Amino acid sequence: MTFLARFRLATLVLALLAVAVAAPALAQKFGPDGAPNPTASVTSQRELLQQVPRITGRIDIPDTKAGVLIQPAGRTWDYFHQVLLRWGGAIVILGTVALLAIAYLILGRLPISAGRSGQKVVRFKAFERFAHWLTAASFVILGLTGLNITFGKAVLLPLVGPDTFAAISQAAKYVHNFTSFAFVAGLVLILVIFLRDNLLEKVDIDWLKQGGGFIKNRHAPSGRFNFGEKMVFWLSIAAGIAVSASGFLLLFPFYGTDILGMQLAQVVHAVTAILFIALILGHIYIGTVGMEGAFEAMGTGEVDLNWAKEHHDQWLAKKLAGEGRAEPTATPAE
Amino acid sequence: MARMKFLCDADRCIDCNACVTACKNENEVPWGINRRRVVTINDGKPGERSVSMACMHCTDAPCAAVCPVNCIFPTEDGVVLHNKDQCIGCGYCFYACPFGAPQYPQVGNFGTRGKMDKCTYCAGGGGPEAPGSAAEFAKYGSNRFGEGKLPLCAEMCSTKSLLAGDGDIIAQIYGERVRKRGYGSGAWGWTTAYHNDVGV
Ligand code: HEM
Ligand code: SF4
Ligand code: SF4
Repeated sequence: MTFLARFRLATLVLALLAVAVAAPALAQKFGPDGAPNPTASVTSQRELLQQVPRITGRIDIPDTKAGVLIQPAGRTWDYFHQVLLRWGGAIVILGTVALLAIAYLILGRLPISAGRSGQKVVRFKAFERFAHWLTAASFVILGLTGLNITFGKAVLLPLVGPDTFAAISQAAKYVHNFTSFAFVAGLVLILVIFLRDNLLEKVDIDWLKQGGGFIKNRHAPSGRFNFGEKMVFWLSIAAGIAVSASGFLLLFPFYGTDILGMQLAQVVHAVTAILFIALILGHIYIGTVGMEGAFEAMGTGEVDLNWAKEHHDQWLAKKLAGEGRAEPTATPAE
Repeated sequence: MARMKFLCDADRCIDCNACVTACKNENEVPWGINRRRVVTINDGKPGERSVSMACMHCTDAPCAAVCPVNCIFPTEDGVVLHNKDQCIGCGYCFYACPFGAPQYPQVGNFGTRGKMDKCTYCAGGGGPEAPGSAAEFAKYGSNRFGEGKLPLCAEMCSTKSLLAGDGDIIAQIYGERVRKRGYGSGAWGWTTAYHNDVGV
């Protein structure tokens, strides 16, 4: 037997089996005298709901989504939105804040161990900082206006009353929807500008072995971005893509999506947004209060030579060599 | 206090769409909004049934739970009303509604759906407008309920397929019918909407 013949035989057997299984169901539609039995030909809504997740049918109006008659999953989505998302989101976000507070209490502000050299080196050019702050500002706006949809009625509504809250939420919704474009633009810029320096290298393993700079007296070597920063980069890109794609599905409802697609888009959007916010809280912590000398990299664009030496030695060496400057210890403060 | 419900006896519905027309006319519903619709399942096949569906005025209404501005609420008669002044048109009530009841005046790109609109059980609106006033009518449609009348769709259903009124009473009417004629496809949506079914 050729392969094709075997395949045909198998299909035939499967088809016969299917008929055999379906036959009793069909037979039930007729009474003992062969006449259609009204009781049996009834389409029981209870049975239908057990067979399919959504009962759909033909509809006279040109609105295909109106053809869905019953979708019990709406209640499941309600449960996700009101219970899982709100508890999960609150725990993840407040938990992250608590962990960072504990980290600060234990580690304190990581100092520049050698002290400041007084010499500066350019770390981020103006355009790079523009891309970062465009994304950062739109992220904060998106985060706050988005969280208002999730938590606003529990947190803000009791404070300002229903009418003011409705007005705020209406404005926040439009702000959220249109800030999305700035966020996507920033995300694309960041991806293009920083992609090369975020590719994983061998030095990242050494950096990990040395405890990522969190262990005293151990130097963790690194290029322009260390392994931790690279992780923030890649996770942000992944979360950014997921949150944007799902966000645009929500922005253009029922274009190529059905009710299930819209519910899933909201689930993906909300879950990614919460995790993204937790990630960025950690990122903000280490870039501000968590480490001395880090913020100025994105602030003024220049960092202290000693900071660069401690955290990004390989990058600094290349950078100085490119500029024809010597290592910081060799040159006294200018 | 009576608990108002809808019940569509699909074995009587003839897909005439009179309920849809009655609703549109009574409430002067704008174009594109269908507070009530008739869906035909198994169209042209054995077991074909048509079901007239609008807002079921659910118990623990999911639309009200997910609404980010809490503008949907049940009245003491179990009618689920909403306040258009507060609605932000986010569309969440449609995602949560098991029956596709919430409607929006616009397509909705960029979050511009406009204020949600849905069946009010002909009981006017949940906003600050005085019951029965012209302002209430313009925004939400008729307030027959305030005049002691039931929704017009059910009142003028020619086959009495669509029943409205106190949940216990319409369940009893339906149950009697099913026992008498010997068959019934069930109270469509009742388990999902009210957490209980009509025992027949
Ligand atoms: C391309 C970017 C984005 C687009 C197009 C977008 C769009 C949307 C839309 C349409 C909604 C539904 C509510 C509404 O109409 O306003 C929404 C909700 C939400 N968004 Fe975004 N968004 C984007 C980015 C983000 C980001 C970066 C965050 C987090 C930092 C975020 C957090 C949220 C949250 C928390 C909700 C509420 C979820 C809920 O409770 O159901 N969004 N977004
Ligand atoms: S049928 Fe839909 S709109 Fe009506 S109360 Fe239930 S969930 Fe809300
Ligand atoms: S569209 Fe209006 S009524 Fe529906 S959930 Fe959003 S704010 Fe509430």
